[in-house]
Amino acid sequence: MAAPLTLLVILSVTIRAVLYRSSLAEVISERVEVVSPLTAWKRVVEGLALLDLGVSPYSGDVFHETPLIIYLFHFVVDYAEITFMLADVITAVALYMAVMDYNKQVFRKQKYALEADRYPLDCLELIRSPKEMYYIPLKVAMFYLLNPFTILSCVAKSTCGLNNAVIALFILTTIKGNVLLSAIFLSLATYQSIYPLTLCAPALLYLMQRQFIPVNFRRVSFWWFIAQYAFMYLGSLFVIVGLSFFLLGSWDYVPSVYGFILSVPDLTPNIGLFWYFFAEMFEHFRLFFLCVFQINVFFYTIPLSIKLKEHPVFLIFMQLAVISIFKSYPTVGDIALYMAFLPVWSHLHRFLRNIFLVSCVLLACSALFPVLWHLWIYAGSANSNFYYAITLLFNVAQILLVSDYFYAFLRREHHLSYGLYLKRKDGSEATLVLK
Amino acid sequence: MGLLSDPNRRRALISLLTRLNSPICVVCYMAGVAWFMGLAFEPFTLRTYMSENAMGSTMVEERFPAGERALTTGREFSAHKKKAGGMPVDWLVKTMQARGLEVFTQRFSRKLPFPDENKERYMVKGTNVYGILRAPRAPRTEALVLSAPCTPGDSNNQAVGLLLGLAQYFRNQIYWAKDIIFLVNEHDLIGMQAWLEGYHHTNTTGMDWSPLQGRGGSIQAALSLELSSDVITSMDLVLEGLNGQLPNLDLANLFYAFCQKIGVLCTIQGKLQRNDWDSVSGYSHSVQTMMLMVMKQASGRPWGDHGLFLRYHIEAASIKGINSFRQYKTDVTTIGRLLEGMYRKLNNLLEPFGLLLTDYMLILTLLLHLTVVQALDLWVQLATPPPRTEDGITDKEQVRHTYYFRVLSVLTPLVISHLTGVALYTLPIQFQEMAVEQFPVSETEAVVLTAIGVYTAGLALPHNTHRLLSGEGTEQGWRVLKLVAVLYLAVLLGCTALINFSLGFILALTLVPVAAFVTPHVPKVLSAFILVILSPACTLLFSVFFFQELQELPVSFQEGWLLYLSVISQGILDHFLYGSLVYPLIALLVYPCWLLFWNILFWK
Repeated sequence: MAAPLTLLVILSVTIRAVLYRSSLAEVISERVEVVSPLTAWKRVVEGLALLDLGVSPYSGDVFHETPLIIYLFHFVVDYAEITFMLADVITAVALYMAVMDYNKQVFRKQKYALEADRYPLDCLELIRSPKEMYYIPLKVAMFYLLNPFTILSCVAKSTCGLNNAVIALFILTTIKGNVLLSAIFLSLATYQSIYPLTLCAPALLYLMQRQFIPVNFRRVSFWWFIAQYAFMYLGSLFVIVGLSFFLLGSWDYVPSVYGFILSVPDLTPNIGLFWYFFAEMFEHFRLFFLCVFQINVFFYTIPLSIKLKEHPVFLIFMQLAVISIFKSYPTVGDIALYMAFLPVWSHLHRFLRNIFLVSCVLLACSALFPVLWHLWIYAGSANSNFYYAITLLFNVAQILLVSDYFYAFLRREHHLSYGLYLKRKDGSEATLVLK
Repeated sequence: MGLLSDPNRRRALISLLTRLNSPICVVCYMAGVAWFMGLAFEPFTLRTYMSENAMGSTMVEERFPAGERALTTGREFSAHKKKAGGMPVDWLVKTMQARGLEVFTQRFSRKLPFPDENKERYMVKGTNVYGILRAPRAPRTEALVLSAPCTPGDSNNQAVGLLLGLAQYFRNQIYWAKDIIFLVNEHDLIGMQAWLEGYHHTNTTGMDWSPLQGRGGSIQAALSLELSSDVITSMDLVLEGLNGQLPNLDLANLFYAFCQKIGVLCTIQGKLQRNDWDSVSGYSHSVQTMMLMVMKQASGRPWGDHGLFLRYHIEAASIKGINSFRQYKTDVTTIGRLLEGMYRKLNNLLEPFGLLLTDYMLILTLLLHLTVVQALDLWVQLATPPPRTEDGITDKEQVRHTYYFRVLSVLTPLVISHLTGVALYTLPIQFQEMAVEQFPVSETEAVVLTAIGVYTAGLALPHNTHRLLSGEGTEQGWRVLKLVAVLYLAVLLGCTALINFSLGFILALTLVPVAAFVTPHVPKVLSAFILVILSPACTLLFSVFFFQELQELPVSFQEGWLLYLSVISQGILDHFLYGSLVYPLIALLVYPCWLLFWNILFWK
């Protein structure tokens, strides 16, 4: 399995290297869909210039990345392209290893359940065979490395690629069961963009499941584990934040990075839902809706964790999708990360209902983004409403995609416990309806 | 969610769609075409209206008196042009300075990718001369442009004369609130491109030009003047710009309103408007006018010197004076008054022009509806093999078995047809020198013939693809390929139509039927013939003949073929000189898409 992965990595690095050398790189790095005010490389360069002049990089209201990123690029700015390609490769390899490990566990669990005769008889066709699971890790790496969204993001040198690498490493360490590293990478991811904070719920659920700690509020072992994890998480977060303070010698970066993410002052159009809404809103209501929009991102954690408490890895996928849809400055790089997980759920395809519609809409919207942008900004024959309509459609399609996978996953679980061919009470065929 | 998640209703909807597939397709296609033809029928179209109040009335008093003097200046200019053998820069600078303008010059040079045989140029060197009349009444933040090209030979001298006459007259008026820039550009669009790039500090096409020494405010509107005779019978307004962009309708309406007020005959697409829309000949006349406009817009070429302004979001149009055999003549003084009136109205403009909304998208939706229905139908066929079990659950092993093969069988044609497209885009320019050495042809012919050669060679694609594919194509295989191709076509045409409606419409008209009927099971020879007839290159060939027919200048087949070759070379040149998108669009996207359908036809 290592040979195909190596080939894949070589191929994807070649594609990126060719694109870096072409004239397209400049065009791509200006696209609002690919870079956000947080992740734009142009702003990192500006921050570096300010740093070299001995000025705080946050003094100009241009740079909004974290201090660690700017010190990273302070040393490797000449090798920026290699850094970004490396970040993509690290993400892909980490996801590859994580999914391989996860698949082994899924298979082991399925074997125990089969031996214990826990599945109804007519569900045999739902059982996953090792043959079909063999190529899934490779497909995950392929979905990440060859996804046009990832390639665009990497060629634009969007720092989103680095965030993805951190999150992928967090997923890997979590699935491998390493509590300390998991907490450290989670705190790094949180430090980078706040939102990955919601991933602590699936991480905790997964680690507890692995260590056979029951999720029970009355047990001491449950609370003791949470306290341990929280201590490691907060401790490493404290170290990172303190390190940032000592690197810059000031707390400038806190309002400039986290204040910027949470209060959304930059309304440059992007593929998210924030910009148009807050551009149209009366200033009076801004704070209220800001709270509503931001709480929205974190809110889904609770119901999803309750519903998916037995399936933390699927919960990670759902959380990543929710974050990338509802965060304040989303880019296509964020979407690429959760889309890499789609092959892991390939056994759900038979239960998906809107996949055709959704993929058509996603494809059409991706093509329409640059066209409507051109019509709005350059030709003047359309306006911001057109662009926002496509943004809205794009996000609705993403939500449909995610909820479709959610439904399919629950339905498969339902069939596994109640049998595939459901009968109504009167004996006629029953169908499952999501209401 | 109800409709999407309730399986019973979904099944009903899907079966309805599958059953009514072909009638829906035919009806939608017909409705699209009929609606389009209806656009030419006057009662159906909204009366043109002014959306900008400041443009509303023609209440200005035009007083321009100096037509005769302008003609004298024009003759003087002509004499100096002959003496200098090109642009008489020194004379122009002196004359403009004498009229009280701030005068600047800009030199530019450009080497064309291959010689332009229509205009006989290869290494272009020239100078633009422009004078700025500073606004006396307001901060100089906005500007208007009046330009006249300096063309070789005897044409267009009167335009330059009138431009200078207007400059002198405008200088003595005190009501200007915007800078007015009088520009005489050499080598028509190339000079204009250099000047606009210099003015806006951009360089999109790699041209050499010296930076501008003087600038005015941001340009709000521009008119380009073409006038080659002392008296004219009618004025024609040219709107079509680069990539099919059109200026705001208000500008056109303003022009027609002034023509009516002053009593100048004005034509649309070189045709006089008629009032008898209810008669057959009246309707066919307006269809002809509309088709001319559609063809011109679809070509993506700038049809006058104004065409490049539109790229910078500046409303612009070209005004052409036409001298035909009609009795009724208009003199230069009247044209001067017309222009004066227009500039005074533009001077009153308080904010940039608004939007030009297109109501045409519905037509395209109807045409593209067909592809969407096709795609749905194919998806249903693919997703449900005959032994259907409950709620779309299919036999697992079979699906998985064909899955990998499907991906491979779709990916290979896609990659190969796009590589052919890239070859069509790059090879003609790359290989011109080699071709000129090997064959007795000129560079231009070499480029065009290489393009046609690559295009034809692409038709051999299906055989090459099948050699690469190890297994043989299955029923499922072509369905998946067709699904991809149909969706590709729908997205491609939708995006094209958003940018250039006419081009999208013409392509949809020809390519959508192809998408509808192609399967490997139709009669091979006949379908191949139809497919070739409806391919983009043949569409272009027919368009050339049709365009000549519409202009009432029919050509023989021989001449038509030569014209066709020159149209291709012009299209390629437009792309490399001004950044027109039609050639790359056809070569890199439309042609590969068509090749996919060609591939389906020869599926084994």
